[in-house]
Amino acid sequence: MFKRVFPIAALFGLVLSACATTAQPAPPTLPTSRNVWVQTPSQAAEIAAPPQLSPTASAQPTARTLKVMTHDTFAVSEEVVTAFEKENNVKVDFLKLGDAGTALNKAILSKSNPLADVFYGVDNTFLSRALTEGIFEPYTSPLLSQIPDQFKLDPQNQALPVDYGDVCLNYDKNYFKDKSIAPPQNLEDLLKPDYKSLLVVENPATSSTGLAFLLATIGQFGENGYLDYWKRLVGNDVLVVNDWTQAYYTEFTRGGGTRPVVVSYGSSPAFEVVDASKPASEPEIAAPPQLSPTAAVVNDGSCFRQIEFVGILKGTLNRDLAEKWVDFMLGTTFQEDMPLQMYVFPVNQQAKLNDVFSKFLVVPQKPAYVSPADIAANREKWIQAWTQAVLR
Amino acid sequence: MKVARSPQRFLKVDSLVWLAPLVFLGLFYFFPLGSILGASFERASGGGRLLPQLWAAFQEALASPAERGVLWFTVWQATLSTALTLVVGLPGAYLLARYEFRGKSLLQALLGIPFVMPTLVVAAGFSALLGANGWVNSAWMSAFHLSQPPLHFTNTLFAILLAHVFYNTTIVLRMVGDFWAHLDPRLGQAAQVLGANRWRTLRFVTLPLLMPSILAATLLVFIFDFTSFGVILVLGGPRYATLEVEIYNQTISLFNLPLAATLAIIQLACTLTMTVVYTRLIARVSRPVSLRPRRYTQRRLTTWRSRILASALVIFLLVLMVSPLLALAARSVTRIETERGQSGRGAEQPSVTRGFTLEYYRELTINRRGSLFYASPATAIAISLGYATATVVLALLLGLPAAWSLAREPGQTSQFTGLLNRLLDPLLMLPLGTSAVTLGLGFIIALDRPPLDLRASPLLIPIAHTLVAFPFVVRSLTPSLRTIRPRLRQAAAVMGASPGQVIRHIDLPLVSRALAVAAMFAFTISLGEFGATAMIARPEYPTIPLAIFRLISQPGALNYGQAMAMSTILMLVSAAGMLAIEQFRIADVGEF
Repeated sequence: MFKRVFPIAALFGLVLSACATTAQPAPPTLPTSRNVWVQTPSQAAEIAAPPQLSPTASAQPTARTLKVMTHDTFAVSEEVVTAFEKENNVKVDFLKLGDAGTALNKAILSKSNPLADVFYGVDNTFLSRALTEGIFEPYTSPLLSQIPDQFKLDPQNQALPVDYGDVCLNYDKNYFKDKSIAPPQNLEDLLKPDYKSLLVVENPATSSTGLAFLLATIGQFGENGYLDYWKRLVGNDVLVVNDWTQAYYTEFTRGGGTRPVVVSYGSSPAFEVVDASKPASEPEIAAPPQLSPTAAVVNDGSCFRQIEFVGILKGTLNRDLAEKWVDFMLGTTFQEDMPLQMYVFPVNQQAKLNDVFSKFLVVPQKPAYVSPADIAANREKWIQAWTQAVLR
Repeated sequence: MKVARSPQRFLKVDSLVWLAPLVFLGLFYFFPLGSILGASFERASGGGRLLPQLWAAFQEALASPAERGVLWFTVWQATLSTALTLVVGLPGAYLLARYEFRGKSLLQALLGIPFVMPTLVVAAGFSALLGANGWVNSAWMSAFHLSQPPLHFTNTLFAILLAHVFYNTTIVLRMVGDFWAHLDPRLGQAAQVLGANRWRTLRFVTLPLLMPSILAATLLVFIFDFTSFGVILVLGGPRYATLEVEIYNQTISLFNLPLAATLAIIQLACTLTMTVVYTRLIARVSRPVSLRPRRYTQRRLTTWRSRILASALVIFLLVLMVSPLLALAARSVTRIETERGQSGRGAEQPSVTRGFTLEYYRELTINRRGSLFYASPATAIAISLGYATATVVLALLLGLPAAWSLAREPGQTSQFTGLLNRLLDPLLMLPLGTSAVTLGLGFIIALDRPPLDLRASPLLIPIAHTLVAFPFVVRSLTPSLRTIRPRLRQAAAVMGASPGQVIRHIDLPLVSRALAVAAMFAFTISLGEFGATAMIARPEYPTIPLAIFRLISQPGALNYGQAMAMSTILMLVSAAGMLAIEQFRIADVGEF
């Protein structure tokens, strides 16, 4: 059946694509602009208004465009971006191209003709894929000096750290109070009979949260011990779902489910206050003086830290602007804006956190650690081994 | 112009109707698909000629027990889901087709809403009803004093099948129901006068006449179930995977593009096989019948027996397809506070306080954090409707000529057109059987040079929606177009009507109902589509499903409540849209 059917379906397409491939040696300087007949705005700007010109010369027609490619959870305050645009006489276009993995794949597949100047949102679990494929140009930003070394995972500075978030166990405080059981304190606790049928986790093959939790168990129990740990978790009736939303809003007791322990973020309890059912009439700073109904387990070795990176895409025609944007993302204005927009935390030590976080946020001091080189070498292998051990 | 034309006169131009659909599919489907498949195989070791390399990739994929398991599961769950959908849908189609009762339009619109709802939200609705702490389990447990929920829903095959029936029954209701509504009841009456009982009449008269529309609906439902992604992922859980889910995993999580491409081709091949079987069957069962206006085909529910049966059916359909939606709507106006209690198993302490609130709707209209990508509900509705309108127009413009050409008898067309028809008929369905993530990547690498650099263009969204809607439009229109008696056309031509006039005065009125159905499909497909929209989104143009996704991906009761509120808005917009399209139909059959 395939023999007969296949040529019709695929060859039609392959022939067409072959035509496109022959058109490959197009002028390499051709920008990604939609209109070739007129001078593109970026070319015009390079000639007419070098970026060094003072921002007062903000003659609108000469504004250049910077394209930032990112994933679908990227968010930022309008005024923060507007300030950047004014200061640099630039228009910033954002392209959101699916979840983090999809967006990265698109950056890789389009590397010979990049879609944008900058890519933001590759995390430490995907970093190796981005670096092996060579989609970034190195850039040693002066702001890197304000960022602790633990976040700088790429010594060549092709990918620069922007933010981090910890994936941790969360529990429903009321459940444990009512049952008079102590909540779990670490990963080992989850194997105790007291916590049988209480945990819901995400599938590492489909969810970045799930992958981060898998890495936490690898960091804690080692490459030789994690599968055994997971088999015992299965024995203690762990529930695996494919997606964070499903775990948090359907299976977690807070969402109406039956599982009082869920894999979520270290910041989730803080957002249960900030985004409580009854919103504060003032902006979130005036959070209601209630305690969060959930708590995160942040003891040593029980969380995994996700770090997100930004990089300048190889082949950009706007290198100067791209550098400015990277500096901007690492600078305090953007870094202080991030937490309430994206639920992640600044890597820049000079950025100040909103009051609500100092009250409700607990940051794990020693998250479980797996080196980026190990992740790079074993990512696919670990996911497949986990799938075999837990799902099959 | 006024000269009578024999059919042979416009044989040469008639192939031109294929031009627009072909250019569209070539540019926006075959070209991106071929590019990504080619690029994927290039990444595999490289070298060697293409076909042997492909063949090796196939053998490798099919030698793996895991992939064979995925293929097998995909086939049988789709078969079972489709059978169940027909079992539920056909009695409903009969009721909607043959009887006139109050609130019918509203009922039809309500039953169409599931089609547009995002899976994550639907999963929440089902969990509220059937989850461990859902209404059904709670009632069951308190009635029989059980300590454990008797019904398991999460991560079960039952959840997958139920969700597929929930989503796709509307396809059967619309495609079969609409055709049935215009079937001349006198044929059945004649059979009964001649002594056939009701059962024999159904078996030997009605079903054979309905077969083209039943086959068309079956094919579409099957392909939807076969390529199911969200339902499997969210409701089926990690132990179940269809080809579509496996392609996604191989592409995104494991970055094994050659294997993903191989699986994508297997999925396409299965779709194509199904469609070829369908086209063979349909050629055998189609026959010209006279369609009748609804006022001749529909009666009222006069006897008590018919009223009771009809009510039971309506209640069944409402429970199945509308109750999960109601659970969502109810949640969008409920504030739940659990500070002083818990909502754990058993509900022995109902310390959860629930209250009515409109807070979530109010909150939707406030850009509390000054976000650059904030979209008010009004903006999201306007953008969603804009894309949906563009999709309807585009899909009808492309689908109508294609369906018109396909519906013609082989003898009426030139040989070239006949060849095109035979070749293209099955190919038109392929976009439905194509993995969304594969095609999404294809757009990125194929449409990357001016004047077709559409990679970041908002235009790509209605184009992607049209690719999905186009097969629906063609399949809704062809059964009706095929029924037009050739003699009617010839008579008009003999009497001096130009081809254009024949189409306007004979064909169009005859298919106006089918056009409304086609428009409805295009509208709802675009309104509810999430995958393609999320992959090529410009954040300046957020649709309602995208807004829901953004809200439901964040912790905090307020975000969840807003997601439910936005989902309720989506239900209202789609119901309103469907009711509006109902009003738009040009003229009912026979009103010319």
